[in-house]
Amino acid sequence: MTEEIIIAGFGGQGVLSMGKILAYSGIMQNQEVSWMPSYGPEMRGGTANVTVILSDDRISSPVLKKFDTAIILNQQSMDKFVDEVKPGGTLLYDPNGITHHPERKDINIYRIPGAALAAELGNPQTFNMIIMGGFLKVKPIVLLENVKKGLEKSLPERHHKLIPLNIEAIQKGSDSVETVHTI
Amino acid sequence: MTATTEINKIISKENLVYGKTSVLLDNEMHYCPGCTHGVIHKVIAEVIDEMGIQDKTIGVSPVGCSVLAYNYIDIDWQQAAHGRAPALATATSRLMPGKYVFTYQGDGDLASIGCAEIIHACNRGENIVVFFVNNAIYGMTGGQMAPTTLEGQVTATTPYGRDCKVTGFPMKITEMIAMLPGTRFVTRQSAETPGAVRKLKKAAQKAFENTRENKGLSFIEIVGTCSSGWKLSPVKSNEWMKENMFAYYPLGTLKDE
Amino acid sequence: MGDVRLMKGNEVIAEAAIRCGCDGYFGYPITPQSEIMETLMIRRPQEETGMVVLQAESEVAAINMVYGGASCGKKVMTSSSSPGISLKAEGITYLAGAELPALIVNIVRGGPGLGTIQPAQSDYFQAVKGGGHGDYKLIVLAPASVQEMNDFVDLSFKLAFKYLNPAMILSDGVIGQMMEKVELSDFKPRWTAEEIKKISGSWATIGKTADRERNISTSLDLDSAKQEIFNHKLQAKYRAMEENEVRFEKIACDDAEYLFVAYGSSARICQKAVEQAREKGIKVGLLRPITLFPYPTKAIQEMLKDVKGILSVEMSAGQMVEDVRLAVNGKVPVEHFGRYGGIIPTPEEVVEALEQKILGK
Ligand SMILES: Cc1ncc(C[n+]2csc(CCOP(=O)(O)OP(=O)(O)O)c2C)c(N)n1
Ligand code: SF4
Ligand SMILES: [Mg+2]
Repeated sequence: MTEEIIIAGFGGQGVLSMGKILAYSGIMQNQEVSWMPSYGPEMRGGTANVTVILSDDRISSPVLKKFDTAIILNQQSMDKFVDEVKPGGTLLYDPNGITHHPERKDINIYRIPGAALAAELGNPQTFNMIIMGGFLKVKPIVLLENVKKGLEKSLPERHHKLIPLNIEAIQKGSDSVETVHTI
Repeated sequence: MTATTEINKIISKENLVYGKTSVLLDNEMHYCPGCTHGVIHKVIAEVIDEMGIQDKTIGVSPVGCSVLAYNYIDIDWQQAAHGRAPALATATSRLMPGKYVFTYQGDGDLASIGCAEIIHACNRGENIVVFFVNNAIYGMTGGQMAPTTLEGQVTATTPYGRDCKVTGFPMKITEMIAMLPGTRFVTRQSAETPGAVRKLKKAAQKAFENTRENKGLSFIEIVGTCSSGWKLSPVKSNEWMKENMFAYYPLGTLKDE
Repeated sequence: MGDVRLMKGNEVIAEAAIRCGCDGYFGYPITPQSEIMETLMIRRPQEETGMVVLQAESEVAAINMVYGGASCGKKVMTSSSSPGISLKAEGITYLAGAELPALIVNIVRGGPGLGTIQPAQSDYFQAVKGGGHGDYKLIVLAPASVQEMNDFVDLSFKLAFKYLNPAMILSDGVIGQMMEKVELSDFKPRWTAEEIKKISGSWATIGKTADRERNISTSLDLDSAKQEIFNHKLQAKYRAMEENEVRFEKIACDDAEYLFVAYGSSARICQKAVEQAREKGIKVGLLRPITLFPYPTKAIQEMLKDVKGILSVEMSAGQMVEDVRLAVNGKVPVEHFGRYGGIIPTPEEVVEALEQKILGK
């Protein structure tokens, strides 16, 4: 199994840390992982994206043009990556702020109202875990128990009290993902 | 009694009042006649000997006429790139606590190309000793202007005399360094008379004692001559130095904490 | 399994340094490698192992601190990125001239000049052919994964002390900024004063004792005849490295009719390009130099009986390709494909370049 994922949105949406938790979860189930951010001036306020790869084998390129899955969190990223999902691949997006919805027929498309749900949970910082829950519902590549372990590993000790809230957010995301189109 | 046994008796140990320290090697010095470097080397070697720290002292030699200082003082040496001696000394003293680390630098080396390194080593208060030999010229490369060259002084690159409007002013780097809180002992000495040499030696002793007590950085400027660069005889050089150099670079201790 | 973590390449350099018993790090901030010093400052190795970490006033000062520390027989290192390495060039040639062991890490960014902070491989010439003045060589290791960032720190020190020569890890922002799974090395204690005396006592400036001549750490000899003899000695050392220390990896080369040659992050991209090209029926393999000096010249020559063409892939305008051409000596076509200025090529582009430049499609 190899899963090549791009997660793209605004800086501050927790894109990079979601990627990190996903990568750590992969390690917890003995997979090879890579996490490759875009960095530099782009990081400051603009778009942020990260390529995450989980694989049972040695990972070749950490830098990719085409992806199995794209997780898209703003319009800029939609414009940039909608055509880079491999045919038969998956696109998951938060419709908040999206003006041009994806129309491809050769990929699976899902929606998750992450921003709205985070507001419901009363904590905007749960946003990225809600998205993660949605992703794991449609692509269960890592087990929830390994995500839990991944959270423990990637969060500093003083934030461990937030893990139950994060798990709740994942659950919420998992329950709320909507299918737009499947092939 | 033959003449030789007579002499041997006269120079027997109990009669000797002065001898060359064994820390100063027998290699013939390459310095020009009258050059101050040789005297300063002797002073440093004597202090190392008297304090019994030969096996704990590491010298860092500069690029300049004293680049080969390692041929004359019998201790372990590092030979630095031009101006960088304080950086070498920084790492050496931090990595080998308990050692006595000193740099030996000329005015071109310390005040020009190595200005950043010396200022920052002083500012960090490295536990080292700096010997700064100010002869107001680049001796080694044939007598060009140094930052410390006096106004009007003729050098190879100021053939009509140093014009401060064009080249800036003679730099009182020792005064600048005394302002830095990292330094403990800052003094300006000379070595043209036995009295001056004795004072210089006292200062050197104090500096190494500061190292022993972990007090931080001791900085000793020695105003010296460069008869070749100045194009004066050794005697005339001393006169010129007293008249001109001491006026602009007054001797004395600027800081002793 | 040992201590397995998800870490950035830059952070791993710092962690590996602490774990391999490094005595001192001296650096000056520059993107994209500042995490190395930052990680060290967070880790406070001074308290754990006694390792000294110091932010110097410039790259020039940092490399000269390395010279001072190396002169004492200590395991010392510095890191920087391209513009900073140019400043360090002076100190690096002095280290080589004084035969001092040290580690220099270059997380390369695009140039020339201030350039860009994005990754590039355009410092190959500087690392492998010179950079500073004089006839000297660095041992140059090119990691292609975060794991190798870990492994090569210790390896660099081993080689540096074996040959009394500075070693360089030549990497870039792809490997430096990327996180991967890494199994960290076990902790090794720093050498004691006794051990240093045993290992390096014949040359290190650790204090002259009565039983030996003084040790002098210098690159100066004004006597040309002696200087030539010294240069012969250096050259013999470099030949010995070529004999004993060449490291490379071959991927999918058994049945290869074509060959990519690429190092570091480009090699990772080429690995994917191999997969993609083979899906199209093109039998291409990858030869990845791990040591850039000594270069795997013979390994490339041994491939020549089977391959019909070689594409050298680099994030530069074509630097390593010259060493490939020297090895091949006109026997098969050698072409270069590169993106530069901070652009990372995609595997798709590499396959396309192979098709156009080597297969003639
Ligand atoms: C990088 C570099 N630039 C220039 C030189 C040439 N150079 C050698 S010694 C020297 C000046 C030395 O003057 P100073 O420090 O005053 O020492 P002095 O000879 O007067 O004792 C210069 C410019 C060098 N060796 N390295
Ligand atoms: S040139 Fe000047 S500094 Fe150099 S040895 Fe001669 S007198 Fe001394
Ligand atoms: Mg001078």
